[in-house]
Amino acid sequence: MPPLTAITTARLDQDAIVSALDTTGIGAVSVFLGLVRDHNKGRRVLHLEYEAYEPLALRGLDLIVTEAFAKWPAVRLAMHHRIGRMEIGDASVVIAAASPHRADAFAASRYAIERIKQIVPIWKHEYFEGGDVWIEGATADPDNAVAREEALRIACA
Amino acid sequence: MRVTVRLFARLRDIAGNGELTREAPAGADVHAVWASLVADYPELSAYEKSISCAVNADYSRFSAAVAEGDEIAFLPPVSGG
Repeated sequence: MPPLTAITTARLDQDAIVSALDTTGIGAVSVFLGLVRDHNKGRRVLHLEYEAYEPLALRGLDLIVTEAFAKWPAVRLAMHHRIGRMEIGDASVVIAAASPHRADAFAASRYAIERIKQIVPIWKHEYFEGGDVWIEGATADPDNAVAREEALRIACA
Repeated sequence: MRVTVRLFARLRDIAGNGELTREAPAGADVHAVWASLVADYPELSAYEKSISCAVNADYSRFSAAVAEGDEIAFLPPVSGG
């Protein structure tokens, strides 16, 4: 059985990630894919290269699983993030959230992607037509309660 | 004492290396290690307010003491997903 959380250079297989979840008593599975988009801020994107601080990124994913469990005890989460070079349309992240009912599966999935963007040490290097740039988003701080509240607010909106 | 510094993304590009061995005085904290890096790579100073740090692959604080052999990581703002 695949692990619930992973950082990998391999192509992501959403069916395998769903199969990591115990579906006993489950009535809904929400699967989120993050894809490499062909444009960003008016730039034509050619490809992306993702880099991670792997041991801490894995801990970050595990922390998100723990946080989601505290909020939605019946939800089971699996999250795999790919690193390395990816082409347009490739999946960079897959989140599978299983729940007895659909509302919590959708909410936990949204919470997980917001938290990945806040606290997991992964960076995308964008190669676009005319240059390249490191994308810099949030200052990572798992103890930042304001950020966590914001992710919960978005998830439950 | 000797510590290992890990740098990622743009920070790695600035320093030209993602893993450096650095000398730090006894009793140094994470911030002192950062300050010594900035002295060698002044472009890093732009990240003073936006970086996070980790000690031995666990998030830490700039006031945390460092010990011989520690791995100190400096993390620019993250952009996964």
